[in-house]
Amino acid sequence: MKRILTTALLISLCVSLAGAQAPWQQIPIPELHKFQPQQPKRVQLPNGMVIFLQEDHELPLVDAVARIRGGSRSETAAKVGLVDLYGEVWRTGGTKIQSGDELDDYLEVRAAKVETDGNADSTTISLSCLKADFDDVFKVFNDLLRTPEFRADKLDIAQKEYFDNISRRNDDAAGIAGREAAKLAYGASNPYVRQAEYATVAAVTPQDLIDWHKQYVVPNNIVFGIVGDFNSAEMEAKLRQAFASWPKGTAAKKPEIQFTSAKPGYYVINKEDVNQSSIRMVALGTTRDNPDYYALEVFNEAFGGGFSSRLFRDIRSAKGLAYSVGGGVGTTFDHPGVVRLSMGTKSTSTIEAIQALFADIDRLSKDPISEDELKRAKDSILNSFVFNFDSPDKVLRERMAYEYYGYPADFLERYRVGIEKVTPADVARVAAKYLHKDQLAVLVVGNTAEFDKPLASLGTVSNVDITIPPPPGGPEAPPTK
Amino acid sequence: MNKRLLRLLTPVIVLCGLCAAQDISSFEKRITVKKLDNGLTVLICERPEAPVFAFYTHVDAGSVQDPMGQTGLAHMFEHMAFKGTDKIGTKDYPAEKAALEKVEKAYSAYLYERDKRVGRDEAKIKRLEAEWHAAADAANQYVVPGEFAEIIERNGGEGMNAGTSDDETSYHYSMPENRLQLWAYLESERFLHPVMREFYKERNVVIEERRMRTDSRPIGRLVEQFIAASFSAHPYHRPTVGYMGDLNSFSATDAQKFFDEYYIPSNMVVAVVGDVKAATAMPVIEKYFGRIPSHEKPEEAPTAEPPQNSERTVILHERAQPVYLEGYHRPDYLAKDDAVYDAIADLMSEGRTSRLYRTLVRDKKIASVAAGFTGFPGVKYPHLFAFFAFPLPGHTPQEIADSIHSEIDRLKKEDISDDELKMIKTRAKANLLRGLADNEGLASQLGQSQARYGDWRELFRNVERIDAVTKADIRRVANQIFVPTNRTVGIIDNAAVVAKGGQ
Repeated sequence: MKRILTTALLISLCVSLAGAQAPWQQIPIPELHKFQPQQPKRVQLPNGMVIFLQEDHELPLVDAVARIRGGSRSETAAKVGLVDLYGEVWRTGGTKIQSGDELDDYLEVRAAKVETDGNADSTTISLSCLKADFDDVFKVFNDLLRTPEFRADKLDIAQKEYFDNISRRNDDAAGIAGREAAKLAYGASNPYVRQAEYATVAAVTPQDLIDWHKQYVVPNNIVFGIVGDFNSAEMEAKLRQAFASWPKGTAAKKPEIQFTSAKPGYYVINKEDVNQSSIRMVALGTTRDNPDYYALEVFNEAFGGGFSSRLFRDIRSAKGLAYSVGGGVGTTFDHPGVVRLSMGTKSTSTIEAIQALFADIDRLSKDPISEDELKRAKDSILNSFVFNFDSPDKVLRERMAYEYYGYPADFLERYRVGIEKVTPADVARVAAKYLHKDQLAVLVVGNTAEFDKPLASLGTVSNVDITIPPPPGGPEAPPTK
Repeated sequence: MNKRLLRLLTPVIVLCGLCAAQDISSFEKRITVKKLDNGLTVLICERPEAPVFAFYTHVDAGSVQDPMGQTGLAHMFEHMAFKGTDKIGTKDYPAEKAALEKVEKAYSAYLYERDKRVGRDEAKIKRLEAEWHAAADAANQYVVPGEFAEIIERNGGEGMNAGTSDDETSYHYSMPENRLQLWAYLESERFLHPVMREFYKERNVVIEERRMRTDSRPIGRLVEQFIAASFSAHPYHRPTVGYMGDLNSFSATDAQKFFDEYYIPSNMVVAVVGDVKAATAMPVIEKYFGRIPSHEKPEEAPTAEPPQNSERTVILHERAQPVYLEGYHRPDYLAKDDAVYDAIADLMSEGRTSRLYRTLVRDKKIASVAAGFTGFPGVKYPHLFAFFAFPLPGHTPQEIADSIHSEIDRLKKEDISDDELKMIKTRAKANLLRGLADNEGLASQLGQSQARYGDWRELFRNVERIDAVTKADIRRVANQIFVPTNRTVGIIDNAAVVAKGGQ
């Protein structure tokens, strides 16, 4: 009786609280200051090169980057690692007239940077310098772009570093989990996730780097962006002068790539020197030009995004099972992303945590993302929307990405509109379409002897072998693990 | 006369040539600092580039202030500062408060029995543990989960996070400018009326954080052992995240006590940078933060680390690949040679012209990475200047040690070159400049300088100090501290494990 009374009292109290506005709700939120982010100027040269110019006069600095089509997804399986090595040796090798070491000295006295990098679908060369040094530094940039010299001794250093990297890749449990989960999602031999080995790295020769450069670094493969303290008209003239006479080459083709997810089920990697299991649940995601993208963004925010998401609240705050937990249906511009749910929990609560996460997935159909959760997720995305373009260089980077992947220039605005339109039914529909407990590959990297129950109590378990294949031989053979 | 004037002006001219638009005087016009009546310092930097602002709350208390037997408490409170207040995150605060008091009673009874040295009653421990959990469940029914963070996220909060180090604790995120008043309310309430709700669940989250960062990572394990060996008396020898035993012992009452003692206005600096006008924002901030009550700063005199007088080595026999780390004691950040240490760190580590890259990576080809750095594990008290390297496959930590030591010898015996000195100084200026380009970076740097030196201008003056470093300074300081009896070495060695056939 007394308990009933208390409950009744509580309910009435809640109602009265809900009626009155909480103190933070009484704080006025004025209209946001009018803000029209400055768009970069787009120029396309007759040779196909696309240039974006974005003035920013706050600091006396200039930053630029050229993004070049062609990346590691296009390298051959026998030479995995080629583009990584290229990305390093391009810069450390230097130019025909200055060695990489000479470039280091030349740039560092100016506190300037010219750097190169290799990625899955592109390579990049960037510069950063004080405005006053721009002409000097741009000359280095352009020499490196047009007349690099892939010196053999620098390839040797880069390969040694790569060997070191390979030898260390099984030291860190979270690193193993991230890598192996991506392989489960895409298939181990998929070009986005396949691994460089001692043999494939050792197989790369200076000629491979020269050939790569010749094949891909042509103006019609390049999107170039520059931001900083300059006058656009003058800068445009300078860039035209530098790039206009560069003849067109063969445009890079996007390779045909197969995505073959591993069979759903349980995968385990035993690691005895940890007391926390790294857990990843993966499947194939989708692309950003999918009409479901906006609903997925809202779903991800509500389910596994921030501090207020279901996963964070349940697994971390309510159950105290994990420090890091989250995830969602991943999307990328031009190939399927990865559905990825991640968490780390003590060895002795491994099975409990997996089941708790499964319960949250199950709950999605029984107790779908509510109107209020939806509102919260949309508020969060839309009210922080301004942070997508609150600096000239962010605006530039967005525009360059859309150009690179053939997305409309106003994609960000379409995104805002798309998010606003998402309904609870949309979210329920995409949740049901993209996230299925029984279609996930569940990977656990942990100390299996300490698990609360054997992983096999949940289903069929496959062992993932992460033994590092030994190098082809030689006296300096690195130790294997 | 003219000549003298010219000489006086020369260094200033050199500096301004680089940062014409961005020197102290340009910031003077945009920065307003006010010490409120309660002792809290507010710094506002106007940067109306976009309609957003970032803030950085700096609290002058870190894990060094953790009481004995309660390591990890400063960090634990940082987590609790996201749990809401007496108005946010509760369905009925008076009832919740009473329930939380019961949790503390139950926990203390459980702990008393658990930690008895003799005459422990296992059945009683079980019962008391169950009672504690039941009390916690009872308190939980009043919780509106995650409401504090939710309000921030719904209002467009970006990059919400916090950090605890040995020296200090900080809280930060960004918001659209029209939420300034809401932010001032939330951020001040958090330090006016924090509530230790869901404390023991959050303690488990922190324990998972320890497992992730320290226990389950070879480098994490190495650093914990290395720091413990380097400091024998000063609290720097303890891990910020806390020891497992302490994490499983301290209570919500302990965390509240820590808060009451150290989270006082005179220990706090709040820096706001972005699309805000000091004239209108300062009164708003003052209205909210001025409410935080003040009291005397706690007595504070951590044991000074005595001279090391010995070379110390810790070796972790792991299956992970080898890592080499060594550190030398140096004075705190207010020491007159502070900039000389920065210069040495830059010379040894910055970029491909750095000495350690050129010798260990490029020429000798024995390491994939090699660098020196200062400020380890903190800066407020005498700390370490450290070097580390990853030996390449087939090379030993001893080879690394020998090469680092021969580079140190060079530093002691030969002047560095004119070009090297020029690079150090130019980079210091350029790095400062590059750090001024965003609200978050500015808020943390200005807030930190204001807190550590009592003046944000020190951010700029530090570059002037580096500009004044001479070749002789570098030799002198190198000879002073880089000596074997001031050295601690930490190694991950896998030779033994590999030889035994371990995976």
